[in-house]
Amino acid sequence: MAALTPISRKPMSVVLPAVAIAGGFLGMFVGAGQGSVLLGIVIGAALMAGLAWVYVNVLDNERMARWITILGLGALGLLFAGVTGLIVGLLAGWFFAFFIFWLYEGRYRQKLLPYMTGQQVFWHYAFRVICGAIFVFLITPILVVLPLSFNAQDFFTFTPEMLRLDPEGYSLKHYRDFFTNNEWQRSFKNSLIIAPIATIISVSLGTLAAIGLSQSHVPGKRAIMGILISPMIVPLIISATGMFFFYSDIGRFLEGTLGMDKNFVGYVKVILAHAVLGIPFVIITVTATLVGFDQSLTRASANMGAGPVRTFFKIQMPLILPGVISGGLFAFITSFDEVVVVLFVGSASQKTLPWQMFTGLREQISPTILAVATILVVISIALLTTVELLRRRSERLRGLSPA
Amino acid sequence: MTDATQSGPMLAADGTPLKKSLARSLRRRKLRALALIAPLLLFVLLSFVIPIVSMLFRSVENGIVAETLPLTVVELKNWDAESGELPDEALYAAFTKDMVVAIDEKTHTRLGSRLNYEQTGMSSMFRRSGRQIKKLDPETDGPFKDKLIDIHDGWGDIETWRTIKTHAVPITNGYFLNAIDMRRTPEGAQAQPEDKQILIKLFGRTLMMSLIITASCILLAYPVSYLLATLPMRVSNLLMILVLLPFWTSLLVRTSAWKVMLQQQGVINETLVWLGLVADDARLVIINNQFGTIIAMTHILLPFMILPMYSVMQTIPPSYTRAAKSMGATNWTTFWRIYFPQSIPGIGAGSILVFILAIGYYITPEIVGGTKGVFISNRIAYHISSSLNWGLAAALGTILLAVVLLLYWCYDKIVGIDNVKLG
Repeated sequence: MAALTPISRKPMSVVLPAVAIAGGFLGMFVGAGQGSVLLGIVIGAALMAGLAWVYVNVLDNERMARWITILGLGALGLLFAGVTGLIVGLLAGWFFAFFIFWLYEGRYRQKLLPYMTGQQVFWHYAFRVICGAIFVFLITPILVVLPLSFNAQDFFTFTPEMLRLDPEGYSLKHYRDFFTNNEWQRSFKNSLIIAPIATIISVSLGTLAAIGLSQSHVPGKRAIMGILISPMIVPLIISATGMFFFYSDIGRFLEGTLGMDKNFVGYVKVILAHAVLGIPFVIITVTATLVGFDQSLTRASANMGAGPVRTFFKIQMPLILPGVISGGLFAFITSFDEVVVVLFVGSASQKTLPWQMFTGLREQISPTILAVATILVVISIALLTTVELLRRRSERLRGLSPA
Repeated sequence: MTDATQSGPMLAADGTPLKKSLARSLRRRKLRALALIAPLLLFVLLSFVIPIVSMLFRSVENGIVAETLPLTVVELKNWDAESGELPDEALYAAFTKDMVVAIDEKTHTRLGSRLNYEQTGMSSMFRRSGRQIKKLDPETDGPFKDKLIDIHDGWGDIETWRTIKTHAVPITNGYFLNAIDMRRTPEGAQAQPEDKQILIKLFGRTLMMSLIITASCILLAYPVSYLLATLPMRVSNLLMILVLLPFWTSLLVRTSAWKVMLQQQGVINETLVWLGLVADDARLVIINNQFGTIIAMTHILLPFMILPMYSVMQTIPPSYTRAAKSMGATNWTTFWRIYFPQSIPGIGAGSILVFILAIGYYITPEIVGGTKGVFISNRIAYHISSSLNWGLAAALGTILLAVVLLLYWCYDKIVGIDNVKLG
């Protein structure tokens, strides 16, 4: 359908202004680097419009024009701003070589419906640019943190050395600080103790309950579901407030009456609190997996003489495993990420990684936070990939079952 | 078919009536399902529901005055707070007796700080008088009225006794009145003095900012969800990563990223200064105020708006809009009359979700909000950890919880709890 749209060359009165605007935009940044924004805009616009005119009217050879633009702008960039300029120039050259002929040959209509009016075509691309800007908004904070964590200075902004791509400007010292500093290491260890145990509690209890909930004829199903999901609905600050009062009483009882170790009690309190917070995620993902589960499989297994435990481990568990694991990952990340509750329930010896980051951000802001943030981003990318793969596997498995 | 000719009820294989046998098996299945749910339900009830309920109770509980000063409270019942006269000697004697016991148990300072929430100066009065009242012997040293007034003028002030009498009740609405900028007085509920009225304003600001955040999330999420829903599956799955990556990234990472971006010496200001759009000495103040909170929270909550919108828009058949266009509708009419009404459920679901999440946020406003951009939750945290006015914190929490539960009830009516999806 799309390939049938006929394309025709566009007049210069359309091509030149559009290219000039884009050139002016690029010129603004170059001009800012050289000291005069206005001059940059004017020169950029004139240069690009001139190039477009020459390519179309004189040269008329797209391949050659492309190489001229890429190499020419790359050389200009190298002249003005070193290695960074070279990279920016090459990219800009590639873009303009594409953009000029894209406009002139009318290729922008190629993949659109043939009856669209000019206004509709313009709106189509404007809409994409807007969406692109929103995607940039979504992703920028993460993209800013990654390079800044390699900053050789203790600043939170790009130093001139970094912009010049000078190796001097980059270092791993914030990572080194994270791996050698006792405070950070202790909180990292605490996170690694608390999150897995809390996950195990919420996954084991949650999976059992989800299986119970997915059966028919459960009295008061909605009410039970509501209670089990409530930790996700109630704002964290309120959960934290409630738990603060409750667990300080429990803690006093365990330490005072039963004479348990103070440190141990502290961990128990935080782990229990985090396990509760993770439960809704396990319940939701596992019940979602169980919706597609074919109950006749368990009946068949019972028919062949397997007890309920054997049926669960041999038949049900392997099929719902993807849901259980992704629920577990959600629970893990909830606990691994949680600040408010641990801030209220825990004491200084249970300081977790997010807590350490939180105090760092509030009081003595140190760039090590950015290194930690980068490590956490990498961890979350790994988890995201795992969940996605599991979801696909689960869909495949469900596609095979006759449900 | 011998059963049909029998006159009795239908029998199962073991001879019991079939109806009974079926009921028994159903009951057994119900019990088994409940047995599977029970451990978790107990766990959640014990470690989540009970704490929340006990917090609700704490917002009205006020046993401290009657527990610390039991004799005084009995005597105060006989004193007419409206009479304009100081209480008689019997009350002062009872008070001294109570105080000597309280000082022994070191509970008088706690009572002092409790009463200090109602009338400033009480805390120091209790603490300072404590040292001297300790030396008195309740049996022999009477009469006490003049001695106490000698120790501290406050004991000769009618207001002191009126405050103690007002707050001697075991169940009080005082914290809730405080939470809405009023206070409990002998004459009933009254407005707080002007300079102490901050909480209503804070509630209003929390609601207002949550609304602004929700609105800006709708504005940003709508085009993106539309694009994701209309692009071919392969491309939209790739673009979805850009939405899911922030969703999965730690909240603190994103908050710290915004702190880095918005600072005076931060990335945004540096870029603007470099471009010459902003003078170096007039850098934008975009952190530690409402703007900082709004922009950071919009970014953080945006995925929660995109995901439900996207899943609704995916189900809208493209043939409807094509049909409308083929019948001569303009682009705008097609969008406004055909597409938009069908996407409203997605907007509703996303908005309530974002609003519920925004209204109880604590971390982000605390870090990028400064003093102007904080929410009611920051005030709750302040009362828990700094001012130690736990009753007021519990009352504020109760009000917030009521608002959230109401919204959640709406969410359940519109979307349904079962339709909550993750990732």
